[in-house]
Amino acid sequence: MSLLEALPIALLGALLGLDVVSFPQAMISRPIVAATVAGAFIGNPPAGLTIGVVLEMIALDTLPFGASRYPEWGSAGVVGGSLFASQPTGMPGALPASLLAALLTASISGWSMVVLRRLIAARLERTRDSLEAGSREALLSLHLSGMSLDLLRAGLVTIIAMMIFAPLVKAIVNVWGSESAASHAVVVVIAATVAGAALWKVFHSVRRVFWFFLAGVLVWAVLLVTR
Amino acid sequence: MTAPGTTGFTLPMRVKVAMYFRMLALQGSWNYETLNGTGVGFAMEPALRLLPQGLNGAPYRAALARESRYFNAHPYLAGIAVGALTRAELEGVDPSRIERFRTALAGPLGSVGDRLVWASWLPFCSLVAIGVYGAGGSALAVAGTFLLLYNAGHFLLRAWGLRIGLSRGLDVASALGQPVLRQGPLYIGCAAGFIGGIALPLALQRLTGPGRIVIGGIITAALIGIVLLARLRERAEGWRIALGVLAVFVLYSVLT
Repeated sequence: MSLLEALPIALLGALLGLDVVSFPQAMISRPIVAATVAGAFIGNPPAGLTIGVVLEMIALDTLPFGASRYPEWGSAGVVGGSLFASQPTGMPGALPASLLAALLTASISGWSMVVLRRLIAARLERTRDSLEAGSREALLSLHLSGMSLDLLRAGLVTIIAMMIFAPLVKAIVNVWGSESAASHAVVVVIAATVAGAALWKVFHSVRRVFWFFLAGVLVWAVLLVTR
Repeated sequence: MTAPGTTGFTLPMRVKVAMYFRMLALQGSWNYETLNGTGVGFAMEPALRLLPQGLNGAPYRAALARESRYFNAHPYLAGIAVGALTRAELEGVDPSRIERFRTALAGPLGSVGDRLVWASWLPFCSLVAIGVYGAGGSALAVAGTFLLLYNAGHFLLRAWGLRIGLSRGLDVASALGQPVLRQGPLYIGCAAGFIGGIALPLALQRLTGPGRIVIGGIITAALIGIVLLARLRERAEGWRIALGVLAVFVLYSVLT
């Protein structure tokens, strides 16, 4: 992938990465949206949706609580969606390799958010006197530069990830040794395991939630039998 | 969510709209020193221009400095604080009382919001969208359902917070006892459990393709994995384990 080809994807990653924390937190950065949009960007929305759903199931495990460190799913969703949508249909290694690239991007991008927050804190320290004097200019400058840096951060993470992972995923797909059904099943089991454990982690303290879950499974079983 | 009768405090509509839009960028300068304190100052700034002597007057500068210090709140509920503090500043409440109010409000606004939004509403909406996918929904239907459902709650919550803060001022603490904030996570949790019971197997079916034996095998393997992962509780993050297992599988598939 050339730099020129990666640039529009990086712009998308930048915008969706900005949504995670800075603006407007409308969750367009959730992988189920980000990867789908990226897939559509490449011209293959169903592929984007497929990896988006898998990533969303894994993302259920992470809750973006304020100061905690968590993976950044906006740029990761764009990278995963773009990579998977770019592979020829039916290649057995495409989904696992693209998913691995997306998870690595989410991890690195989460770390880049920590670095950004430290940078903003350092800038705040330098302008503390002006802020304590109630300077409107100092406050607006700090705030708007924080947002601009976040946009830049997400864009850089996306473009670097695309430049590294696009050829890597292509190479992995070409030498892939496992059969198609097994490759797909491993990814689905991983996603289902993380999603199920995440549901338990998030909701186990809610009274009677297990019975509600079982009622839902029963409805699914009825649908399975009757369809 | 209903606000009590206001007591004659009003802001021009353009100021309220400006504050609302700035609240969408409340975490633009989030950092480990002041958390979202500078964001609160940023969101209140259009209203503070209404203080005596106007923009850059001494009252404006003192209020802006005060409101840009450390603060922590869930971004969607920060509107309660932004509204209440704006009213307090414009009504000339004693600064030491404002400081005490900020300190007292910060913790609850963070924990209530985290529980309601991040640990309830967001996973619920994700599960609904996953369910739409499992039911055969198109890319547009899945992403559209998620965005519409999630943001109906999101934008309403922000608007309610600002409205209640402006109408109640420093008496806003009682708003945190609002039934939706107190009981909401429990009801949403039960609904999420039910939806999860339908949505996850449906999605697995679509991801796997036809074949009841295959889906049966996947669900059995996943159940074993869930039990193992749940036993680890807080000691391990599921997504990190997924990353590790996937890396090993990719390596195996490339080398064989």
